Amino acid sequence: MKNQVITVKNLVKNFGSFVANDNLNFEVFRGEIFGFLGANGAGKTTTIRILSGLSKPTSGEVKVAGFDAYRQTEQIKKNIGYMCQKFSLYEDLTVKENIILYGGIYGISKSLIKERIAKLLANLRFQEYENRIIADLPLGLRQKLAFSVAVLHEPKIVFLDEPTGGVDPITRRQFWEMIYETASRGITVFVTTHYMDEAEYCDRISIMNEGKIVALDTPENLKKQYNAATIEDVFIKIARPVSLHPHPPAPFSQERRG
Amino acid sequence: MQNVTESSGISKNFGTTKALNDISFSVNESEIFGFIGPDGAGKTTLFRIITTLMLPDEGEIKVFGMNCTTDYKELRKNIGYMPGRFSLYQDLTVEENLNFYATVFGTTVEENYELISDIYSHIEPFKKRAAGKLSGGMKQKLALSCALIHKPKLLVLDEPTTGVDAVSRSEFWDMLGKLRQHNITIIVSTPYMDEAMRCDKVALIQDGKILAIDAPQKIRDGFSRKLFTVKSVEKYKLLNTLRKYPMTLTAYPFGDSAHVTFINDMVDNSLFDYLIKEGISDAVVQAAEAGIEDRFLELMNKTE
Repeated sequence: MKNQVITVKNLVKNFGSFVANDNLNFEVFRGEIFGFLGANGAGKTTTIRILSGLSKPTSGEVKVAGFDAYRQTEQIKKNIGYMCQKFSLYEDLTVKENIILYGGIYGISKSLIKERIAKLLANLRFQEYENRIIADLPLGLRQKLAFSVAVLHEPKIVFLDEPTGGVDPITRRQFWEMIYETASRGITVFVTTHYMDEAEYCDRISIMNEGKIVALDTPENLKKQYNAATIEDVFIKIARPVSLHPHPPAPFSQERRG
Repeated sequence: MQNVTESSGISKNFGTTKALNDISFSVNESEIFGFIGPDGAGKTTLFRIITTLMLPDEGEIKVFGMNCTTDYKELRKNIGYMPGRFSLYQDLTVEENLNFYATVFGTTVEENYELISDIYSHIEPFKKRAAGKLSGGMKQKLALSCALIHKPKLLVLDEPTTGVDAVSRSEFWDMLGKLRQHNITIIVSTPYMDEAMRCDKVALIQDGKILAIDAPQKIRDGFSRKLFTVKSVEKYKLLNTLRKYPMTLTAYPFGDSAHVTFINDMVDNSLFDYLIKEGISDAVVQAAEAGIEDRFLELMNKTE
């Protein structure tokens, strides 16, 4: 029996009259690389925010790392890692300072942080950068470091939101090899990307359109099912963007707090 | 064919960073010319120089025969520029932004409506909406309409498709293709290698240097080795196993397969014997044509 780390049943999320997530059902397993695809505005960010304990579902059942997305959001946050393209590390802190900061936030003991810093820098062949500030690092190195920091506390799941945007082709591949390595250690990788060739690296992918999951399977099976040579072709066939509709309110700004 | 842009030996430094290092290229009339490269390659700096917004430290650049350094006033009338970051007035409506840009250039929306009708018609139903409240795709269409409203002869687009999903990207390139009918020359940048094939000519750019300039097919043809794809269900294991094979030169993940080159440029039974011995019995090997990204990787490795 496969080990489920994410279970989503009949998930609905509304913002006013707008349905951002319309009855989603899926499971993600331990050590799986799960690609979460969809056109801009399809509702991916809303789902990721719910799965990472930042937003509550309107209805439905959501469990992440064994915790309930309504009542146990703090436990969820302790058991996940998150990295996105835009922000992940403090630019005016050094490499080492960033690692210590994040280690501290996740409650890792000082001696363990020390040990992990050494290991992390060695893995990335990063020792020479230890005392450099992030702003001085090339983008590719930053992204690799950001990923390492996102899994510093050995979370059950790591969410990667377009982690490879804009990086050069060699770094992009090295990044994916880090993802493979992480997944092989049993950490589930939940990733969004606009690079359709990257979707092919995933064990399974889902494609969202207008708040619904319209496809979910292995890349191989989806290509067979839609009689397509690549995932890009599958995507173009089924993920029609809503170009003639005004955009729904952004999920970040609309939710009432408290 | 008329030469629209000609640059020789452009360099630009920011402190100790060489943002551009001896850049030379020329763009012909009605061409779609793409600069393909990752973030930090120097694309935006180069585009600011082309659009007369920044001066190079060294080298010369001419657009329509005019000097970008001295003739900037005249040149700006002929250039439409869409920066990478959305730069319209967020609190003006769609319609107000468009009118504003038309007025700045001494024209009216009516006068050049035909040029933008294809693109603008998608957002016209929302013309009373503030630009800041549009979706990403609609902002992009408005920005393109504003860059075109004075009927420029040269359109410079800085990463118009970054962060845009695959369907919208494909639609955007279709729009650019249509603009060619109006004799507009387009210089465009992108980090997506697959978009190179939509250009007439491309320059691969990395760390402020041009790695190659040519028609996209010719760049692919420039790949110096025989390329093979190797497929197996166990993708990661396959990659690591291939790298340990003594005859392997390079092995990179590419979608559902590994792209591999061998020292002797050929595949024989010893590869299959080796893979089976290492526990990979389902490998399928095929000869393949190199893509732009294969060539980019090859050129990057040569310069390192």
